[in-house]
Amino acid sequence: MSRKPLVREVPPTTWYFRHPRYLRYMSREVTSIFVGAYCVLLVVGLQSLSSGEAAWEDFLMALRSPASIAFQFLALIATVYHAATWFNATQKAMPLQIGEDFVAGNIISGAHYVAWAVLSVGVLIIAGVF
Amino acid sequence: MAKSHKPVVWFPFAAGGTVIAFFIPVIVLLTLMAALGHVPAGLGYDKLHAFAANGLGKLIIFGVVALSLWSSAHRLRCTFYDFGARADTLVATVLYVGAIVGSLFSAVYLLRI
Repeated sequence: MSRKPLVREVPPTTWYFRHPRYLRYMSREVTSIFVGAYCVLLVVGLQSLSSGEAAWEDFLMALRSPASIAFQFLALIATVYHAATWFNATQKAMPLQIGEDFVAGNIISGAHYVAWAVLSVGVLIIAGVF
Repeated sequence: MAKSHKPVVWFPFAAGGTVIAFFIPVIVLLTLMAALGHVPAGLGYDKLHAFAANGLGKLIIFGVVALSLWSSAHRLRCTFYDFGARADTLVATVLYVGAIVGSLFSAVYLLRI
């Protein structure tokens, strides 16, 4: 006697269109492409910086190409989205208990947003933007 | 008890995710400003070179670049899988080796400064 187990077919390349929740998950996954590509840009920048002033100026000029500007603009959106979803998840990933009670989730996420803002402004000040 | 190599992958992944979330957006903003013609003073050759010449500066730059590389390599591996690529061993090998090579090159460049 043979038994036929239920095998639910999951289309491997289109499964995330089945539910908006999956699409949100995938939209966050896609940000890793921009972060990865931007990391490569950082390594190239380090190479230019180590090769002297002329190479660094060339790197800064190369950043001004329309393709580079478009990429960095998309990378900015992707990394901000990645950061926001990361901080939103902290309240689920790191619940904090004080005594009997759990600290409210939005306080945990909110603290991360505040730290993010402070650190970002700190980096901008160190970089001489203000 | 069986030992797992997973913590070795996971620790830099989590650390990298945190570094990426807190610092990469503002770094992208800085290079985007430079790309749009408003080069922040800190991205001028003398300032940035002086920062990278300092031991602590080297450590900070290496930490940000290496952890971000490792974390994005791991996330890209998952992204490939989610889009239906099932050659996970190949994908993982290429991405992790790429992250390690990128980190080593970064270290060499930093030590040259």
